[in-house]
Amino acid sequence: MAAPEFELPKFREYPTVPALREGAMAHSKPYVANEKIQEAIGFQAKLDDDWRVTHDKVIAKFGELLGKYRSLKVFMDACVHCGSCTDKCHYFIGSQDPKNMPVARQELMRSIYRRYFTWPGKLFPQLVGARDLTKEILDEWYSYFWQCSECRRCSVFCPYGIDTAEVTMAARHILDSVGYGQKYSNEIIGKVFKIGNNLGLPGPALEDTLAGLEEDVKEDTGVAVRYPIDEPGAEVLLVTPSADFFAEPHIESLIGYGKVFHAAGISWTLSSHASEAGNFGLFNGSYETMRKVALRIREAALELGVKRIVVGECGHAWRVAYAFWNTLNGVGAGGKDPFSIELQKQLDPRYPQPSHICEVTWDLIQQGRLKFDKEANDHRIITFHDSCNVARASRMGGYAGGQFDIPRNIIKAVANKFVEMDEDTVREKTFCCGGGGGVLTDELLELRVKGAFPRMEALKRVVDAHGVNFMATICAICKAQFTKVLPYYGFNMRLVGGVHQLVSTAIRLGQEQ
Amino acid sequence: MSMTIFFAVLFYLAAAVFTLGLIYKIYDFARTPAPLSIPTTPAPTTTPGVIWRMFREVVFFESLFKGNLWTWLFGWMFHMGLFLVLIRHLRYFVAEAPVWLLFIQPFGKYASFMMMGGLIGLWGRRFFVERIRYISTPSDHLWLALLLVIGVTGMGMTFWMHVDVVAVKAFFLGLMVFEINALPAHMGLFLHLLGVAVLMLLFPFSKLLHAPGVFFSPTRNMADNPREQRHLAPWAANFEKS
Repeated sequence: MAAPEFELPKFREYPTVPALREGAMAHSKPYVANEKIQEAIGFQAKLDDDWRVTHDKVIAKFGELLGKYRSLKVFMDACVHCGSCTDKCHYFIGSQDPKNMPVARQELMRSIYRRYFTWPGKLFPQLVGARDLTKEILDEWYSYFWQCSECRRCSVFCPYGIDTAEVTMAARHILDSVGYGQKYSNEIIGKVFKIGNNLGLPGPALEDTLAGLEEDVKEDTGVAVRYPIDEPGAEVLLVTPSADFFAEPHIESLIGYGKVFHAAGISWTLSSHASEAGNFGLFNGSYETMRKVALRIREAALELGVKRIVVGECGHAWRVAYAFWNTLNGVGAGGKDPFSIELQKQLDPRYPQPSHICEVTWDLIQQGRLKFDKEANDHRIITFHDSCNVARASRMGGYAGGQFDIPRNIIKAVANKFVEMDEDTVREKTFCCGGGGGVLTDELLELRVKGAFPRMEALKRVVDAHGVNFMATICAICKAQFTKVLPYYGFNMRLVGGVHQLVSTAIRLGQEQ
Repeated sequence: MSMTIFFAVLFYLAAAVFTLGLIYKIYDFARTPAPLSIPTTPAPTTTPGVIWRMFREVVFFESLFKGNLWTWLFGWMFHMGLFLVLIRHLRYFVAEAPVWLLFIQPFGKYASFMMMGGLIGLWGRRFFVERIRYISTPSDHLWLALLLVIGVTGMGMTFWMHVDVVAVKAFFLGLMVFEINALPAHMGLFLHLLGVAVLMLLFPFSKLLHAPGVFFSPTRNMADNPREQRHLAPWAANFEKS
């Protein structure tokens, strides 16, 4: 690892609110998407040469979104600047830039809202903090709305439930629509449209990878565990983040999912058409993009005739699957229209649709259908990092908060040594890994390292006190981000891994064949 | 008498702007769809659960309590104090005060101290806490100043420079049946009423919209049941027709 070109935040004995450093992150800016990337996913190719044209388009789009999203409308009006959110954002804590305080990030947009959509802002702009939209302000949007990971931590503490993620999504949607898109996210969405997954892995490559995986597992365990793809008639369609197919430590969890299905005797398949659980449409805030990505899962499910749809370890994917799929592609229950009925009559109503892989595994454990050698994980002292979209934007199991208990229950069922991090950094108060929401790109490394700081502090405390050597998580982005940033804080990059990696280590597969 | 007419006109105007403005704003919030299920989780899975969550939010400021204890303390003191004070003021608008309204008078009277304490605390944070200073706009200060003027003049009339409350009551009861009865000439009263009228006039266009806004906040008022119920906004349903 080369020495960083920026100052690392220092671990604090007693975490207190840091002093402000204005403009500390003003230089942070992801690469702008080129014309080809923009056009491939249906956005304007580039900014108009005439600023006045862009200006009018921004205001028009803003007005359109205010009419389409109650969240945006209420959140623009309701904030009283109470400051409850000001010290809650991991990017603020790590960077000290005041514009990374959630309320200040919102104000970048709210100041424009007031100027163009409220009469006090039209009459007395200075008084109410309203501003004319300029190119500089649009650049500021581009910088700071790409310093938000849409993790919703601020929304937990807001007395009006204002969720900066909604504001960020609206801002990014507007930026996309005027030709000011972000290269990383939009390139990825283009790959999903064209090939079916974020990494652009075509079907044959996936088949090769999975065949290799079957050989590895056979060699490792002596058992012929299958990793099937595109098999019609399977009971379960597993949709998982494409990082699971090749990245470390992600692939260890994929191995684990296969072992769970094998041990329980459930037939399952992956799909080359829907080979991606992730949905970067969420990050861009474009309903249409998100819907288009989600429709691939519907198409695959109908084609393969599966009875259940299960989602692998991925935070934002689980948010989209759990909370939005029923709306976007009809995977769910309770639909009364032909579009959703067509799919829902095919799905088995005895299971939640979609189910999280952790729900499946925990359900099987409770039924006694999985057996473990817990000692196999004894070399690990484990803690659990709640991923933001799972914690604050979704659920598992039949009750509120199941998303916290089920992964922990699984860990405790498959391993003996488990330690919690500080209570202010777990469950619904969990800190983002620093790489979520579409910022997992190398040119934003400084942001990512600084954003990881609060989590690294909490981790450091359990590493020092309990010798923790494994931080389990159920998110592909968390895994990739931590692998990259752990070394900056003096930790081994292999300290992070998946919950099903632990399952994989301890599970009994039955007879050797 | 000219002051009486001025205030009579002002209050008709303020009441109209306040009521119509707020009705429009609430209509505007209500007609705007929430196309996706976005409660901040863990969230209640049923409607009664959502009502209970909203009750805790509105009455106890639960999220603010989690967020910042000082702001919660001052904010809660101010709002609860204001609530009791407002209830107490109902006696100016009913000819025969019911027993419970008479009973509540002393509570409303002393709640004003709690209200003012909260206000001063909230304002202090805007000066002394660096983060809050950074996010404060001039209008944030002016709102607090306005509320302080209303509060100080009100308390002044209650505890010190008494005003002929019977005449004040006659003025407001008169307005309600389009009769104009003379207001007592009292500087404190004029300032108090002017402050209240300004507040009512600006309410529907300002951050005071947090009051109706909280009830429409999708992260708080949606039940967490997206797997069980299909949630589709009209504009989003159009995609499925093509």
